[in-house]
Amino acid sequence: MSNTIYMLVVIGTVALATFITRALPFVFFISREPPELLLTIEKNLPPMILMLLLIYCLKDVQWLQFPYGASELFTIASVTALHVWKRNAMLSIFSGTGLYMLLVQLDIFSIALEVYP
Amino acid sequence: MNLAIIGIGKVHHIMNPGSENLFMKAFKTTIPVFFGYIPLGMAFGFLLAGAGFHWIYALVMSIFIYTGAGQFIAVTLLAAGAQFIEFATITLLINLRHSFYGLSLLEKFSGVGKVKPYLIFALTDETYALLTTTQVPEGASKARFYFYISVLDHLYWITGSVLGAVLGSLLNLNLEGMTFVLAALFVVLTIEQYYASRARFPFIAAIFAGILSLLIFNPENMLLLSIIIGTLILIAHEKTIKDKAPPGDKQ
Repeated sequence: MSNTIYMLVVIGTVALATFITRALPFVFFISREPPELLLTIEKNLPPMILMLLLIYCLKDVQWLQFPYGASELFTIASVTALHVWKRNAMLSIFSGTGLYMLLVQLDIFSIALEVYP
Repeated sequence: MNLAIIGIGKVHHIMNPGSENLFMKAFKTTIPVFFGYIPLGMAFGFLLAGAGFHWIYALVMSIFIYTGAGQFIAVTLLAAGAQFIEFATITLLINLRHSFYGLSLLEKFSGVGKVKPYLIFALTDETYALLTTTQVPEGASKARFYFYISVLDHLYWITGSVLGAVLGSLLNLNLEGMTFVLAALFVVLTIEQYYASRARFPFIAAIFAGILSLLIFNPENMLLLSIIIGTLILIAHEKTIKDKAPPGDKQ
């Protein structure tokens, strides 16, 4: 099998598998009512999932190694404080991202905590 | 409970009805995703080009697959010369979380007409976050508003990945940390969700499920498993509330 065909079949497979996962609930509940239990938790799913997406963003942080996720925690705390205060989404998101880039690119927490051997 | 009263996102001040047209409003909503998808898409493009594939595949994959983690893993599997069945099962498992997204969008996506298949196709983590938190401007068409948001996010992803694949390592920008824009976006949207519902329990469930999953599963699988655990906690919580009145000895 040629490389191009292999690639296209792979891409088709992955595309189809991805679409199936997204379409599943819509197809499943097309002709029947969702169960009552689902309706009662439905409104709680988005806040829970968003919080989990946030936690997922932190999955690669080395919590037990220096500097213990300090940049991530500090940035999240800053974004939270700024957003609760100003309630301006763009401001919170971009100042937070800028802050984080600064913290990791200049390795600020490592320097500030002076624990370099 | 009636689905109609749930009408999730009640906030998002960026979306106040005004004189701007709907497309511009949708565009403003998606700006954080732009800044997340361009570097993330570029990272995918770099990876694909680095594995020796033509940039045209970055274009085709980002148009037709359109999933972050799934595409990264697909490149890894391609480089390893995996079997089709492996591509299929791994993609299904990685993206199964999207089925949970649909569950909370059944009502929102009803009556959007012929864009519905596309909206479902384009339901990434970030688009889901925007659609569940952003309120459709008053008097505007829900279908068009959702469609604009979905298409814009999709375009950012395509642009980023092609850019990354074409430029390869030619460009030496220091984008380290820029993808944290997505974490910042989730922080803001999580806070907005709280203001909209004032319910604390979903966050408690998420923190518990998230930390538990981080501790016991490997990072790649934690998202789906934590969503399943969190959903079970929500169900258990609902049941406890319901069973409160009649005394019983539930285990």
